[in-house]
Amino acid sequence: MNVDGMILAGALRRPETTAAYDADAWNALVSIARAEQLLGTVARRLSGIAVPPEIAGILNEARIKAEYQRRAALWEADCARRALANIKGKVVLLKGTAYAAAGLKASEGRHIGDLDIMVARDALPAAEKALVAAGWEWVKPDPYDDAYYRDHMHELPPLIHKDRDRMIDVHHNILPLTAKPKPDAAFMMMQAVPLANGLSIFARVDMVIHSAAHLFADGELDGGLRNLWDIHCLLDEFADDDFWSELHARAVHHGLWVAAHRAARLAHRVYGTEIPSGWRRQHWQDGHYIKRFTARDAWGRGTRPFLRLLFYVRAHWLRMPPLMLARHLWIKWRR
Amino acid sequence: MHEFRVQVGPAGFRIGSLWEGPIRTLEELYRDYPTPTITDYSVRLEAVSFLRRFIRPSVAINGDYMLPDAAPLPLAHALLAAEMAMNVQMALGWRRHLLLHASAVEKDGKALIMTGESGSGKSTLSAMLGHMGWRFMGDEFVLLDLVTGEAMPFPRPISLKNDAIAAMQAQVAADRFGPRMRGTPKGDIRHLVPPYKAVQSMGVPARPALLLFPSFGFDAAVRPVAPSEVFARLTQASTNYVALGEAGFHALTGLVKDVPARAIDYRNGDEALALVNQLWDALA
Repeated sequence: MNVDGMILAGALRRPETTAAYDADAWNALVSIARAEQLLGTVARRLSGIAVPPEIAGILNEARIKAEYQRRAALWEADCARRALANIKGKVVLLKGTAYAAAGLKASEGRHIGDLDIMVARDALPAAEKALVAAGWEWVKPDPYDDAYYRDHMHELPPLIHKDRDRMIDVHHNILPLTAKPKPDAAFMMMQAVPLANGLSIFARVDMVIHSAAHLFADGELDGGLRNLWDIHCLLDEFADDDFWSELHARAVHHGLWVAAHRAARLAHRVYGTEIPSGWRRQHWQDGHYIKRFTARDAWGRGTRPFLRLLFYVRAHWLRMPPLMLARHLWIKWRR
Repeated sequence: MHEFRVQVGPAGFRIGSLWEGPIRTLEELYRDYPTPTITDYSVRLEAVSFLRRFIRPSVAINGDYMLPDAAPLPLAHALLAAEMAMNVQMALGWRRHLLLHASAVEKDGKALIMTGESGSGKSTLSAMLGHMGWRFMGDEFVLLDLVTGEAMPFPRPISLKNDAIAAMQAQVAADRFGPRMRGTPKGDIRHLVPPYKAVQSMGVPARPALLLFPSFGFDAAVRPVAPSEVFARLTQASTNYVALGEAGFHALTGLVKDVPARAIDYRNGDEALALVNQLWDALA
């Protein structure tokens, strides 16, 4: 059977098309969705649609899992809130936990793993101290890795809570300090919107820009379909008369217009997101991105190894200048 | 990929293998089981590397759910790899019941559940009882219904280890056994296909009536176990108790409140069987 990740994109975009599925198609969809951590989202999209009884059981299980992750993520956010109550400035929730805390559509059925938060860079030492005092511990005691994080990254080395075994990433920017775009983190913090519980979330345009930056300007595009689904949901929910020009202006301000535009364009192509007609002209690379996002076979295994390698190299290239990259890979390789 | 599908209790599995041999073995071992079309989980037996497909072949244990540190096994142990991979799917994936790492047998619609560490003998005891008038329900997982509290069978082929192999070979026809795998991480392993009626009635649940914590290698004894200890030990024995939240808590406390629990010590199979029968008869 000649299947790839497009079957998953298709089920999310037009759930009613699953009516034509045979058993092989269902098995492929389930395995690929699990590999992309999107089965909970599929379950939400297929609510109210007739499916075979075996699939109803599988989707119900995915709903139970997503509900547990949502509950655990919000609890973890509250633990962080209490630990950081005396930090100066805002504590901003990022990604999945932010969507869940704000009740956004992007959080429906979504897989949520680690807790990601952002604080102002000058609040970082105090935040670190407060978290360690509240029971979080270092994951990477290696001195090179530790120094690397502190000197060049946009986040602290990851911390894990010793009792709850949950990881927290404390960011002070949305891209590594070594990357070419230099987002205006202070402005993002200033624009962040407080929630009722004292934590904050990014303003809606910054939320989209962060998601796009995370997808295109930083990562190796693993989990690309999931990140792109976030972007689809955010754009769909935020779109109004002022939104698109605001998004454009803010993305330019942060040096991330290329990433934000590509995110909107690809969401339109893969998930049918409504975007301004002037934003839709394709770029020659778009097809490669989509091929990379959908590089899975009917067993959920990663395919297209050469394309994966290209994007892997690209991710590191974007993350740091060439000489630094050489030194970093040399040190990592010697271990 | 060579493919094999099998239904065990409420769960359907799709097993893919780079090699044909393991699929033939699985087809033989699971010949009494139904074949589903849509499956709940996929399992993959793959080569650790391209070379390891041909030279000293080594099987990586993969699937929808994977343990990050699962060690590969030699191709001769591919059947064990498949069984372990199916266990991983259940342990990390299943949320439709409270999952207990336990064995179970049934008589008169009532279930005897046995749980304990590896080596406690729960698997061997369930195999023995399952061949002497009880219905075998499973030697690895017991699935508790989150609403009714009933135990759902999961009657996989019984994984016999070391001395238990000869003990069961003395009682059961040779064609019910899988190949003997020597020198696995748990010693010698040989699978025993459960009695046909156990497979046939794998959709029929039973109400838990007695909970035993067996320990092998001590003088015969029976001890009561306090509900608080039963609860704590069962949270350890469950792979999805935490993830099920309130529903898991209710299912587990329901079991602890309703079902008497005993710890039993024994030095050999006959002793254990005598203790089990004595405790079971005392229930009535």
